[in-house]
Amino acid sequence: MKLMGWFGRQRSAETAQHRLQVLLMHERGGPGNTDLIPILHEEILAAIGRHIPIDADKVEVRIERGDAVSLLEIDIEISSLAQHLLHRRAPAVDFRHTSLR
Amino acid sequence: MAHVLVVTSGKGGVGKTTSTAALGAALARGGERVAVVDFDVGLRNLDLLMGAERRVVYDLIHVVQGTAKLTQALIRDKRIDSLFLLAASQTRDKDSLTEDGVERVIRELRPFFDWVICDSPAGIERGASLAMRYADAAIVVANPEVSSVRDSDRIIGLLDSTTAKARHGEPMDKFLLLTRYDPIRAERGEMLGVEDVLDILCIPLLGIIPESREVLNASNMGTPVTLSNPESAPARAYDDVARRLKGESVPLVVPRDKSGLFNKLFGRRAA
Repeated sequence: MKLMGWFGRQRSAETAQHRLQVLLMHERGGPGNTDLIPILHEEILAAIGRHIPIDADKVEVRIERGDAVSLLEIDIEISSLAQHLLHRRAPAVDFRHTSLR
Repeated sequence: MAHVLVVTSGKGGVGKTTSTAALGAALARGGERVAVVDFDVGLRNLDLLMGAERRVVYDLIHVVQGTAKLTQALIRDKRIDSLFLLAASQTRDKDSLTEDGVERVIRELRPFFDWVICDSPAGIERGASLAMRYADAAIVVANPEVSSVRDSDRIIGLLDSTTAKARHGEPMDKFLLLTRYDPIRAERGEMLGVEDVLDILCIPLLGIIPESREVLNASNMGTPVTLSNPESAPARAYDDVARRLKGESVPLVVPRDKSGLFNKLFGRRAA
């Protein structure tokens, strides 16, 4: 029991250290860094919005910050009318996933 | 419509954020829809205790300032579907929180949730004051320790004078949550007892959370203690508190951790 307890504690401390390392690596990137995602969000939507109409309420932005790679996910719901435009004008591009290093 | 609770204390480090995360998770696991909101602008921590620190895109300030919609800023818990986090901003300062903005956010949250739990920053400044402003009831977290009890008394005064309810002449409900309690030391007279604290603060007791190593373990893992080890003493104590909040009548006992061999042999002397 006691040995299990020791191992358990060690694991949780290691987890804590790793979580802090990843978090602080991102936070020490500078104060402007944490506002990068909102800026990207706005600019990506503006770029897409020039071609097809987008309802700002139907956009979801998610991020998963990792050690080596972060995943930025922007889900844009496109209405059937806009979808028609999308197929006509820009058939080959998938905007759903953008990876950031 | 949600019950809006503020978890407050005056003093730092007594267990506000731990309690917010643990109670939020306990209520949500029971099927309630819960939003936990971090008001500690500039020094956020609730995201860490919830294990969501890598997933924050938008925060309370973005919603207050209208940069993001509430639905975009709410982060859904990966373990419990009905549990959501609204993180505090790490970069802006407390002045970015406006009274009107906070009122609007709380008003927008109410229809979507059964419980909105506002995690107050320590102190009695603007952040703490705005965290409690639009709450329906307050959970005052205190340790059985002189400075914590004194600060709780100060906070109770603020709850009775500066909240929206108080300003409208309505009574503000306040409940005491005694944390880091050690029944053995209290029995020996080395720590203020439950009755001692209640005599001084004169507000109803919501629960007693025993001192336990499981709380640090949970924080290390980024999992509320009610989820990381539901059988542990603090988890059972928080579960009882969650049931009392829902209106159930639950007897007040201080749960104990199952002690290991070492504690059985030396626990009482080494405490």
